[in-house]
Formats: sequence, structure tokens, C-alpha cells
Amino acid sequence: MVVIETPRSPRSRKSAKFERYGWLYMRISGALLLVLIFGHLIINLVMNGGITQISFAFVAGKWADPFWKIWDGLMLWLALIHGTNGMRTIVNDYSERPMIRKTLNIALWVVCGALIILGTLVVTTFDPCVDPSVSHTLSVCK
Amino acid sequence: MSDVKVIDEIPTYQVTLFVRRFNQEDGLEARWEDFDVTVHGTDRVLDALHKIKWEQDGSLTFRRSCAHGVCGSDAMRINGRNRLACKTLIKDLDMTKPIYVEPIKGLTVEKDLVVDMNPFYEAYRDVKPFLIASDKPEKERIQSPEDRERFEDTTKCILCAACTSSCPVFWTDGQYFGPAAIVNAHRFIFDSRDEAAEVRLDILNDKEGVWRCRTTFNCTEACPRGIEVTKAIAEVKQAILRGKP
Ligand code: HEM
Ligand code: SF4
Ligand code: FES
Repeated sequence: MVVIETPRSPRSRKSAKFERYGWLYMRISGALLLVLIFGHLIINLVMNGGITQISFAFVAGKWADPFWKIWDGLMLWLALIHGTNGMRTIVNDYSERPMIRKTLNIALWVVCGALIILGTLVVTTFDPCVDPSVSHTLSVCK
Repeated sequence: MSDVKVIDEIPTYQVTLFVRRFNQEDGLEARWEDFDVTVHGTDRVLDALHKIKWEQDGSLTFRRSCAHGVCGSDAMRINGRNRLACKTLIKDLDMTKPIYVEPIKGLTVEKDLVVDMNPFYEAYRDVKPFLIASDKPEKERIQSPEDRERFEDTTKCILCAACTSSCPVFWTDGQYFGPAAIVNAHRFIFDSRDEAAEVRLDILNDKEGVWRCRTTFNCTEACPRGIEVTKAIAEVKQAILRGKP
């Protein structure tokens, strides 16, 4: 009887699991972002007078509520990691030399990390009353 | 004799073909070369290429074997779309304009319309496209019509490479396994008689495996066999996430 042996050893396999979680993350974060981003746009730009309502007081009022802090914080983390991972995919597609690929990917995640830290700081430590030139106009500061 | 029908003569047309020419030995860059050909209403692009080769320029190089859409030798880019030259009727194209014929993209051109198919076959081989079963039945391996239906679509592949060479991800670096390899893995992953689905799923859960697919549907559009290639890839992704077919 003729037995067909396995014809060759498999390819070198690096970071296989990572790509799978990256793929899943893009879809899960995409679905959540759909709600978060369009909710954000409708509430800020369409409802209650549309863009004319936006002011320091409007932002201060929203961020006085933990619900909007969590909403915006989630949007920040999900979108930045989503966008950066998407850019990583594109870099992997188009960069030919390994050094350039590595440099661009490191740059992407450094920028992503910096923006997440700054954004999270703003969302969590935001205090509308620190600046007396505007805080006297806000009811929460009185 | 009055009831003998006279069959109309098949109409003929004058068409211009722009063919992408390349020959490593002449030291020139790849270039377009035009040929005027008289074709019949029943002629396919392959017939026009034959006419050029046989009557005008014997050096024109392309692959074909069966000439009837079975062997998968003559996938090429015709008016910007991957098709089999032997299944593309010239009268279905816009004959008022020149017809552009070039090699499929993403694989190295060897001469004119002939590309190096080895990277394509390599990816095919890597998914173990053969039945792996430990049992030794007396006669055939029995399978229910429903179980057979599960992978019917992907049995139709003729390995023409139209799908893989239409994929923008494959074009970028040629490392991606490509739709054809995944289609042929699908054919065994979802075969109830096969016992190595997990092995194949593990092979395709690779940095260059199914996750590189961006669902552009170019492959489905290109497949001359009408295989729902993108759907097959999606089913393999789902199977990897589940950990079983
Ligand atoms: C509105 C909600 C969003 C949804 C539903 C969504 C969905 C997706 C999905 C499913 C992918 C993966 C595509 C694939 O691999 O085939 C993707 C890729 C990508 N997304 Fe989003 N996304 C959204 C918002 C965003 C935002 C806000 C950004 C920017 C920060 C962004 C940037 C990207 C990038 C750069 C890619 C990679 C594109 C590529 O692979 O060619 N997306 N998106
Ligand atoms: S799936 Fe279709 S396009 Fe791809 S190689 Fe097979 S027959 Fe050709
Ligand atoms: S020559 Fe065989 S498929 Fe076209």
C-alpha cells in the first residue's frame, strides 16, 4: 500500500494567537464604537439645539456625571487601540524592510499610549472649578 | 429540400488586443503591445491569443491546456479583471475598445502572460490538501448527503490562482496563504471523513493565515468556478475561534 507521508514541515509560526485576538478585538471594539461614537455625535451635535449648545459649561455639565466619564473614557481607549491596531495592519502590509516596520509600529504604540494616558488624565481628573475666570459662571462651582 | 434551414454565418469582428509583454532575455521593461485580430462571435480571449501566436507573433507566451475551464492554466487579467481566457467570450467584452490582457498580479512574471506559480502551490501544499484518516474501511468511506453538502462548494476549485492573485493583501508581500489555499483547506476541514481538521485550523491560525483576510470579496468575484471564496474563508475563521469545524 502506498502511504502519502506529510509532504513538508509547517511554516515558521510566530505570534499566531496574537493575530487572532487582534482580529476579534477589531470586531468587538467596532461594534461598541458604533454605539459610542454615533451616540456621542447625536447627543453633542444633533439633540438639544445641535452644535450651538457646545461650550465649556456643556462639557463640564456632562463630565459632572460619571456615566459620561465612563462613556468618553471607553470611547477613548477602544478607538485609540482600534485605530492603532488598524494602522499596524496597514504598516505590516506596506512596509518591506523589517527595520522600518518595527520603527513605525513602535512609533504607533508610543503615540497611542501617550494619547491614552493624557486622555484618561483629562477624563478622570477634570475639575471645572480650577480656573476662576470661568468657574464663577458655573453653578456647580458656587 | 425546402425545409432545410440555412444557418447564418457566424459574424466576425475586428478587435484590438493590448497584451502585456515581458521577456527577461531581451533586457527590456514590461510593455504593452497591440495586435489587431479578426474574431468570430463565438471566439474567446484564448482563441484571440492563439490567433496572435499562430498567425502574427509566435513568441507570445501563455499557458493553457484544456481550453475548456477545467485545468486552471490560463487565469489572466483581462480588462483589469482576473478571468480564465478560455471562459471569456470576446463578444461579452466591450469590442469597441481595445481589450487589455496582462498576467495575474502578485506572482513573478516569467515571460509575457506566464507567472511563477510555485509560491501559490507552496501555500496550497502547506494546508495538507489530502484526506487524513486513520481507519481502513473495506470499501468506500460512507458519508451522508448533508455531510457532503457542507464542503461541496470548495470541491470545485481548479487551482487557477485567479482568487489569490486578485487579493490586495496577497499583492503586498506574497506571504499571505491566500484564498485558494484556504478554500482547499476548507474542503478537508469540513469533510466529516477527515480527521485532521484541527491540524489545518492550527496551520491557518497563523500570522500569514486567515486573519490577514480583510473581506474585500475580490476573490469571490474572480473565481471562474463561482465558489463563494470569501464565505469559505469566513467559515474557517469561525471554526478557528470555535476550535473545531
Ligand atoms: C464607527 C465604528 C467603527 C467600526 C464598526 C469599525 C470597524 C472596523 C473593523 C471591523 C475593522 C477591521 C477590518 C478588517 O480587518 O477587515 C476596522 C479596521 C480599522 N479601523 Fe475601524 N471601526 C470603527 C471606528 C474606527 C475609528 C474611530 C478609527 C480611528 C481611530 C478606526 C480605524 C480603523 C483602522 C485604521 C482600521 C484598519 C483598516 C484596514 O485594515 O485597512 N475605526 N474597523
Ligand atoms: S477558488 Fe476559484 S479562483 Fe481560486 S484557485 Fe480555486 S477555482 Fe481558481
Ligand atoms: S485552459 Fe484549462 S482552464 Fe482555461
